[in-house]
Order: sequence, then structure tokens, then C-alpha cells
Amino acid sequence: MKFERYGIGIAKGMALTFKHLFRAPITVQYPEEKLAVSRRIRGNELVWFLDKCTGCATCAKACPQGNIEIVTHVGDENNYVVDKFEVDTGRCMFCGLCVEACPYDALAMGRSYERAQYRRGDVILNKEQLQMSDIRQPSGYARPKIEATLPRQNLLVYWDKKKGGQKLRWLSLSKKRGRGV
Amino acid sequence: MTLLEQFQLWLGGIWPDWAAYIVPGIVGILVVLGFVVISVIVFIWYERRLLGRFQIRLGPNRLGPEGIFQPLATALKILLKEDIVPAMGDKIIHWLAPVIVFVPVLMVFAVVPFGEKAILADLNVGIVYVVAISSVSAVGIYMAGWASNNKYALIAALRTVAQMVSYELPVVLAILGVVLMAGSMSMTQIVTAQTLPFIIFQPLGFVIFFLGTVAEMNRSPFDLLEADSEIVAGYHIEYSGMKFAMFYLGEYGHALAYACIISTLFLGGWQGPFLPPIIWLMIKVVAVFSVIVWMRATLPRLRVDQLMAFAWKGLLPMAIINLFIIAAEVLLLPEITPWIIVAMNFVFAGVLIVLWSKLFTLGGGRVEV
Amino acid sequence: MAIRTEPFILNMGPQHPSTHGVFRMKVTLDGEVVVDLEPVIGYLHRGIEKLGETRTYTQIIPLTDRLDYVASMTNNFAYVLAVEKLAGIKIPERAEYIRIIMAETMRISSHLMAVGFFLNDLGAMMTPVLYMWREREKLLDLYEMVCGQRLTYNYMRIGGVSHDLPEEFLPAMKKWVAEMPRFIDEYDQLLSQNEILLARTKGVCILPRDTAVSIAASGPVLRASGVKWDLRKADPYSIYDRFDFEVPVGTVGDNYDRYWVRMQEARQSVRILEQAIAQLPEGEVCAKVPKLLRPPVGEAYGHIEAPKGELGFYLVSDNSIAPYRFHIRPPTLINLTALKDMVIGWKVADLIITFGSIDVCLGEIDR
Repeated sequence: MKFERYGIGIAKGMALTFKHLFRAPITVQYPEEKLAVSRRIRGNELVWFLDKCTGCATCAKACPQGNIEIVTHVGDENNYVVDKFEVDTGRCMFCGLCVEACPYDALAMGRSYERAQYRRGDVILNKEQLQMSDIRQPSGYARPKIEATLPRQNLLVYWDKKKGGQKLRWLSLSKKRGRGV
Repeated sequence: MTLLEQFQLWLGGIWPDWAAYIVPGIVGILVVLGFVVISVIVFIWYERRLLGRFQIRLGPNRLGPEGIFQPLATALKILLKEDIVPAMGDKIIHWLAPVIVFVPVLMVFAVVPFGEKAILADLNVGIVYVVAISSVSAVGIYMAGWASNNKYALIAALRTVAQMVSYELPVVLAILGVVLMAGSMSMTQIVTAQTLPFIIFQPLGFVIFFLGTVAEMNRSPFDLLEADSEIVAGYHIEYSGMKFAMFYLGEYGHALAYACIISTLFLGGWQGPFLPPIIWLMIKVVAVFSVIVWMRATLPRLRVDQLMAFAWKGLLPMAIINLFIIAAEVLLLPEITPWIIVAMNFVFAGVLIVLWSKLFTLGGGRVEV
Repeated sequence: MAIRTEPFILNMGPQHPSTHGVFRMKVTLDGEVVVDLEPVIGYLHRGIEKLGETRTYTQIIPLTDRLDYVASMTNNFAYVLAVEKLAGIKIPERAEYIRIIMAETMRISSHLMAVGFFLNDLGAMMTPVLYMWREREKLLDLYEMVCGQRLTYNYMRIGGVSHDLPEEFLPAMKKWVAEMPRFIDEYDQLLSQNEILLARTKGVCILPRDTAVSIAASGPVLRASGVKWDLRKADPYSIYDRFDFEVPVGTVGDNYDRYWVRMQEARQSVRILEQAIAQLPEGEVCAKVPKLLRPPVGEAYGHIEAPKGELGFYLVSDNSIAPYRFHIRPPTLINLTALKDMVIGWKVADLIITFGSIDVCLGEIDR
């Protein structure tokens, strides 16, 4: 006679949840502590470099959404002068194909991710807004030179504390956690 | 003589008799009401934090130290919400249902002994009163489900009736074991009879009572009434604002009340060394509540027919056998040292649970349609 | 006196916590018993097949991310396989291995999500979900490290993958692979013996072997019914013939088997990952492919064993830059057709968990 279903499975499960009571929480107290995102993050905005852009419109052709509007005229030195470079980030799906397509490294994905706007019109960015600034830093997506300069990403890892105690934490996150931890 | 009666006597020397009778009663009711509402708010916070830690997250920690004021913010938000009654719903019953759910929960606290003399009404049939009053909530839940004019709510309402009726029986039979051993139905005397907590005399009775009450207070794994993954929120799907808050308070008040009853019946109530009685009672209540939260964090939900089968085929026969064992022990072995009874009952409990597990079959439940 | 009863229709969804998206079921109930069921889909229809016909072959890859968004890298994989078959492109070794690593981690991630939400449908109040998401979170971090996104990866390209792995990827991946079996053991401890879970799932909502085959079910749903059919073994695409792994097969086809097969597949995926990481060669990650690909006139069908079943892409080329016809065979749409057969006669609660055990993704069904 085999006795198996007298509650042993439930007891085992409850033992496991009890064990988790003593493991560190994995959540991040977002506004107070922020994780370093990937160096290749495809953040919420594009960064456009005026000096590098030749106005070839390869990015506009690569865009699956037809999102990039670029208008040029021929300048004095037989080059293209960009009159208008407009990206509707509301329709953009941040696939990064335009950045990969750009032959002159004139376009990069942004690193920021807190770029919500209150009006639909505000997410359409023109060529002044798209340029690099303090809040709009380029990421290393398809740009190995930029990637090498960026800080490393935070990872959620277990680390062995002298074999016995397993502890969970975000790698290279500051010791100080948010309130109530 | 309880504190309330002493207060009445003292006041009777100053005020006219009718005022001396009524005013202490009202004061006592307000004290208990305040205690219940504040404890419920703390318990809501405590459950959310503890559940968070079981699930390796933090739980609410923003408002106040450790997020203690989060339930207040939640209450404020709920109170400011629009009160909606479904267009085709039964307006009067829809309005009455939360009251009927909430009031019996408060009435249970009248007989909970918080100390040797700190009890609102030391009824000589206290435990019968608890059983009678607490099952009134089922009517309220049924009314809520019926009046909402919603199919999910109706399913929940019908589940309620089945569940409440089924689990009442094993709960009452388990209480009878306690009453037999204590020799009284008064809550105060049940507590004073526990030189050793009854949990070690009647482990099986405790398990049955605990599971039965968890089912009665509709908490996981018996939370079929508000199974959020199946019938969305069950009986309170159409409730909002203050009425929803009443259900919410009622649910946690129910949990608090039953945690108090479990502590009183099986864990020795307010008895304990060194600390004042109220602290001992709260420690035990929090312990019981934590186990309920722990179960909620771990266990999936039963199906409705399995829930019925568990009550009728599992808990009820075991409760009857348990009652017979306790009765025989009380009758035949009155003078024996308690530890022998303890050992016997633990053996009985283990053997019964393991034997009953053989009846636990898997599969089945399909109905030909 | 007999009480007069009549069945009533309950409309579940599209806004229902357990429909895993915007799925709607018109359920006819007799009390709690399901008498009839009519699935209604299309609330998330975006016309991806038609959109694909107006985009170049590369531009379709981000669209495939939006099919099964729980395992979007496998969608990329199936699509680029179809295009490479169509255009006859040979891809570098390292890219093949990277694709395998990504596909197998995606499988684990998708199965963790499936099992977690299956338990959530059972009423386990988020705890298994959060334990499983802890591991999935680590994977998402790794994907973010590789391709910069956590949900819509857009990582595979025609002829390889878009980026090489960063230097810190492999150590982290090795650590994850080494830890994973222990976590799967923990999930087993939490779930596999739990009496309530067994009572709810064993012998419940059985999908018989014959029915499973005749509706062309695939993936864990088919294998739980006892059919040993895994495209990784049956039609080894990419380099799956180089790896040593087993195909777990259920016995009865009930909800427990569907759960069990997923957990076992996660273990086997860890085995594949160990081998793939050990064998990973150096080299290029993308073949030389023209930016505007014009495949020769013809048609191709690329299919893979996605986490949820056989995911196929059928492409017809007319030698232009966009496919003439772009068709998707989503696994869950076809597995979903078994739902009605499974749940008739069972309770509402069983309907919910059976729907969860199929592991649907509405982005793929409605596409």
C-alpha cells in the first residue's frame, strides 16, 4: 500500500514558499534606484548627428513604417543640405533598422526611456530636437564605438556567499535600496 | 464579572439606571468597533507585505514608514469612487447586501475574550452564538450575487450557499470536541479550561476547524466565490465605492474574527506568561493570519465539486470520528495525565489523515451533456 | 417535482483576466457545466500578412516580433529560415549556434510563462508566476544585452543575426544555464506533487491522441497526448541534428501532461544550451546579403518547433523586393481548435485552466 497524497505535496510547496520568505526581493525601487540599461539599448528616441548626415535617405528607405521624413536640397558644394528631418516617435517601433542602414553613422538609437509626452504632437521630433543633448544620449546599438564607452548593464544574479547562503541581487547596484527594504 | 459590568455598576451609582445600562454598552461597542476597523486596516497592510515577501517582491512600501498608510490611501480612493448600481439590478438588495455581510462580522467580536474580564458579553452559549451569527454573512453574499444581475455574480452566489452549508457541519463538529473537553460553551471558560492549549489535545480537530473556517471566510485555496481567474470577482463584481469597501472590510474582518476564534478555542486565547493578555491574543491572531496568508501564497484553488467532496467525504467523517474519540476520552479517561491523551490523539490524527488520503482519487468530474 | 432549469450563455472575454489577451468565449453553461463553446477571435487583428506584402524582406522581421510576443525571437528564426530557403543563403556557423541559443532560451522563457500563468488560472495567486519570472527576467536582461530590447527583439537577420554576442554575454549565460536545473527542481517541488494541482489537472480535459493528430495540433499540446512529434527531430532544421536531447512525451493528454511536458522540455532545452555554448565557434555572425534582397521566383515554407508548436512561414516570391504572398501558420490558432472538444462536459474552472494549458498567444492567433 502506497501513501502519497496525504498532504505531503502541499507541505513541500509551502516549505518552498517559506524558504522564499528569506530570500531578498528582486524588485527595484524604480524612481529612486535605476538599473543601468544595456549598452545596446534601443531606447525611446533616435539621435541624429547633423554633421555626419549626408541626406542620402537610406534610413527613410529602411524604415518599415515610413516614419522618417527627410527633405533635402542641393547645396553649394554639390552636397545635400537637410532641410527637414522629422521622426514621428509615436509611430516608431524602435526596430533599429534605420540605424543599421545608415552608412555614415549619422543616426543612433537613444538611451533614454522616460520620454512620455502629454500631446501627440510632442512626439514628432524635428531635426533640432533629434540632435544629441544631455537628455538624448546615443546608445551603442550597431555603433561599436559608442558601445565601448558606455557603462555595463545591471544583471540579476545569484552570488555564492561562502557556498552556503545564496543571495539574489542586481549586479553592481548600489547597496542602498529604497524605502522600506 | 466583566469589565463592562463593573463599569455599569460604577456608573449606576452616579447616573440613572437606564443611562448606566446603555452608555457603557455603547462605549464598549465603540471600543470593539475601533479595534476591529484599525486591526483590519493593519491586517490588510500586513497581508500585502507578507504576500509580497513570499513572492520575492516588496509589497506596498511607499506611503508612510514601511507603507503602513497604504490601506488608508486605498480606503480613501475607494470612498471617492462612484457608486454604481447595475441598471437591471435589484437596488434595495444590492444596497443591503454589504451591510448584511459586514454587521455579523462585527457581532462576532462581542463574545471574543480579549482578557480575563475584557469581553463585551460573556454569553454562556458564546460559541453557539459565534456559529449562528457568522453564517448570516452567507445570506449577504447570496443577496449580493443575486441583486447584481450578473451571471458571474450569480454563479458565485450559488457557490456560496453550497460552500457555506457544507463547511458549517465539520466546523461545528470540531467545535463540539472543544466544548466537550472544556465542559462549557462560554468563551471565557473555554479559555480558562486550557491549561494546555487544545491544539495539542486535538490536532485533528484543529486541522478540521482551521480548514473549515478558511473555507468559510472564502480565502485561498477555497476562494471560489471570488475566483478572480474564473468568475472574475464573484459576488462583488458589480460593486464599487463604499459598498465594495464594506465587502472588503467584511472579508478581512471575517478573517480577523475567525483568527480570534481559532486562537480562543485551540491556542489558549489570551493566556500566556509575562505579557498582558491582549498582547498574547494578538500574537496568536497574527500567527494564525500569517498561516492563512502563507496558504494563499502557495496553493491553487479547488474546483467546486472537489470542494464539496472535500467537505462531505473528507472533513465531515473525520470530524465525527474525532468527536467520538474526544467524547470517549473525556468519558473514560478523566483522571489520566494529559500527555497520554495528547500522544494518543496525535497518533489518531496521523492515522486518520493518511488513511483518508487513500480515498483521494484523481480525475473524474466530467458530466455527459 | 423537478425544478425547471435551462442553460444560459456566459460571455467570457474579451476583457477577462484569464483569456491571456483579448480572446472571447461564448460559453453555454448548464449550471457550472460547459455545454457548448464558441470561440471568437480577431480582437487583435492587425493584418500582418497583408502588411508583409508591402514591405521588404528585412522590414518584415520587426513585424514577426509582434506575432507570438512571448517568444518573439523564434518568430524571427522561422521567418529568416523561410527567406534563406527561398533565396538559397548559407549562413555562418557562429550565427547558427547563436540562433540555437536564442531559440532554446526563448523556449524556456515561454514555457516558464505558460506554466506560471497556467498556475495563475488555477488560482495560485501569482506566486509561481513570480518565481518563474525571476528566471525569465534574467533571460530578458541577456536579450537586452544582445539586441537592446526586452520584448520585440528584431535580432535575427536574413543570413545570420544582427549583432555578435557582447563579451559579457557568455559568462552570464553559462551561469544561468548552470543554475537553471536547480530552479526547475524548485518548481517541481512547489508544483508537481501538490495535491490540489493534481486533483485539478490529472485526468481533466483529455485531448485524445487521434483528435490531436486530426486537428493538426503541434508542440506540447500534441506531445502531451502521446505523439512523439518534434520538428527538431522529425525535420531537423538549422543544426539541431548536432545536439543530443530527448523529446518528452505525455501519456494521457490531460492538463497535467501538458504542464509536465513543458517542464521536461525546459530541462531538455537546458541540455541543448549546455552543448551549444560548449560548441560555439568563433567567426562571422552574418553572411553577405544584399540590402534589398530579391529572391528568385518561387515559394518556400520554413517551419520550426516554436515553444507553442509548429510555426511556419510560407513565402511566395515574384523576384521583387517584397514577397508576393506572406502567410503565417501560427501554432496556437490550430491548437486552439481543440479547446471545444476538450472542455465539453467539464466545469467553468476546467475551461479556464484548459485554455491556459494550451498556452495561447493572441498576437499570433489574430495576427
